[in-house]
Amino acid sequence: MFDFISFIPRAIVQSVPLLYGSTGETITEKAGNLNLGIPGVMYVGGISGVIGAFFYENACGNSAANMNAVLAIGIPLLSCLLGSLLMGLLYCFLTVTLRANQNVTGLAMTTFGVGFGNFFGGSLIKLTGSEVPSIALSATHSFYSKSLPFASSTGAFGKLFLSYGFLAYAAIIIAFVSAHFLRKTRTGLNLRAVGESPATADAAGISITKYKYIATCIGCMIAGLGGLYYVMDYASGVWSNDGFGDRGWLAIALVIFTIWRPNWSVFASILFGGLYILYLFIPTGMNLSIKEIYKMLPYLVTIVVLILTSMRNKRENQPPASLGQAYFREER
Amino acid sequence: MNNRTESPLIHITKRKAMAWYKAWGIRLIAVLIALVVCGIITTLMTGDNPIAVYATMWKGAMGTQRRIWALCQGIAMMLCVSLALTPAFRMRYWNLGGEGQILIGCLATTACMILLGGKLPNPLLIALMSVCAIAAGAVWAVIPAFFKAKWNTNETLFTLMMNYVATQLVAYFIIIWEVPKGSGNIGIINQQTEAGWFPVIGGQRYMLNIIIVSILTIVMFVYLRYSKHGYEISVVGESENTARYIGINVPKVIIRTLLLSGAICGLTGLLLVGATDHTLTTSLAGGRGFTAVMVAWLAKFNPLGMVLSSFLIVFLQKGASEISTIFSLNQSFGDILTGIILFFIIGSEFFITYQLHFRHSGKKEA
Repeated sequence: MFDFISFIPRAIVQSVPLLYGSTGETITEKAGNLNLGIPGVMYVGGISGVIGAFFYENACGNSAANMNAVLAIGIPLLSCLLGSLLMGLLYCFLTVTLRANQNVTGLAMTTFGVGFGNFFGGSLIKLTGSEVPSIALSATHSFYSKSLPFASSTGAFGKLFLSYGFLAYAAIIIAFVSAHFLRKTRTGLNLRAVGESPATADAAGISITKYKYIATCIGCMIAGLGGLYYVMDYASGVWSNDGFGDRGWLAIALVIFTIWRPNWSVFASILFGGLYILYLFIPTGMNLSIKEIYKMLPYLVTIVVLILTSMRNKRENQPPASLGQAYFREER
Repeated sequence: MNNRTESPLIHITKRKAMAWYKAWGIRLIAVLIALVVCGIITTLMTGDNPIAVYATMWKGAMGTQRRIWALCQGIAMMLCVSLALTPAFRMRYWNLGGEGQILIGCLATTACMILLGGKLPNPLLIALMSVCAIAAGAVWAVIPAFFKAKWNTNETLFTLMMNYVATQLVAYFIIIWEVPKGSGNIGIINQQTEAGWFPVIGGQRYMLNIIIVSILTIVMFVYLRYSKHGYEISVVGESENTARYIGINVPKVIIRTLLLSGAICGLTGLLLVGATDHTLTTSLAGGRGFTAVMVAWLAKFNPLGMVLSSFLIVFLQKGASEISTIFSLNQSFGDILTGIILFFIIGSEFFITYQLHFRHSGKKEA
């Protein structure tokens, strides 16, 4: 019998980094910036949080008792946001101000970000002088993974809905707020105009540069939180190099899968999270190789969605029209 | 309201064209500034003086004869992938699936070597390996191209996803073929019989790759610049409407170009497995599919320029990895340096394409 009660919570914790990444990327793409640097940004977000938490834990003598809950959560959170913000600013400076090619810039950011994460991860490990190739911040983890009250006393219900750290709930709230913002507010309308037709938006008096900068930076900060959640909650405060894996690309896939709707992303990310770990739950016996085929599923599903949306060719399901193109007013 | 009547502080215009030596000069300056920044960062990290850092870098890339050969091999492979992606890029088709196309080429080569090694005479086996690898790469590239041509499916994201499908497919076959069982890797294929191993030319096992890629570079240059196909690619890239108007069959050009692009990626896979590594891992492509995007773009999609840009990137990678070894930094330090240098070069393109005019001085600055 397939064990749903243990499968779904695991799919959900798997889904949170993806949800952060895809919400951030959706906002960015709505401004016409295809940020392929999201995997790098998520690494930077994660490691910045780790660096913040590491120094705070050391300052408190590595015991949770000495730590102030607000600071223990706040310091990693702020350093994560700061790190991802800087990555966002870098991307914007290159693609918006200097009008560089977005694909190339994004790929360079991913190289840089993953390297940055692994480098400082490795350096911190060396600082602790331990033999294990990972760094454990269990005290900070205990603050981040505090689940809602009644999680353990309400049985299956508690396990399914109440057993997550606060960042998981924040991810869902942020996704719904972003969806509302994009579809229902004036600023959201302006933002979509910037992504669809910057020349029109410019003529209407919308500052293209400002919108692109703000949307991309906020998008990066949200995506960075995904990295933070991964380390502090999902991975129990343990940073291991390359541990985050290819979740960043999966988050980009999720944006297409949900056809640029963060509110759909809440459910789709759980589906993706489920597909991502499905291989652990399928009884395959001794046949390990077939598990590798199951790991293909999220990507195959994305491809199918990509093809179907392009075949149906409905206007509201298309990527933002100016996605990937720099805007230069004098070039029409 | 803003009632300012004077002109803005900086006014940006697009340049008409820039002599190639000036453009490369600007890029060179960007690289130099980037190297200074990297030197400062490395000095901060290691406490050593920057000159020593650069010397280490140089030694790491070119210190011994073996290293020079390894450097050439690295350049050849990077160049091969960049050449593969170039025709697609000139068509403004963002083939980010190089990684997957290489891996599929590797997989096809490996399959031939494992399943048919010892059963066929070696020349026949090598011929079969080549056909399979090239065909596999071409098929992997043409799937997204078909949908792009027919329904205008977004190729950037499609090809990106195809990478992971290829990676998992390779992972699947690695487990099937792993030796010994449970080890998770294949080991050197046909180590005793050397069936399907490419011949070693002149005692240097990288020589064959270097020769093949050099020929390919020239062929690609001629193909893009002087052939009718190359012309059609450029027109489709500049404007699809113009292409349709002058009677170019756009879907046909897209599919044909991507067949070529994928085939060369498959060839890279063939060379990696058949000529040098003789094994299969999921990381065999080593991010080349992505780095090659930057290499090709840096050279403005000119095959001859790519020799330079792939030299630069591979040199930096090798040098940076030497720095991290010598100063016992983490290996990822190389990625950080590569990233920084790329950012500078990416930024420098702005000054090649555009011109800044300052309000007061009226001076033009490049």
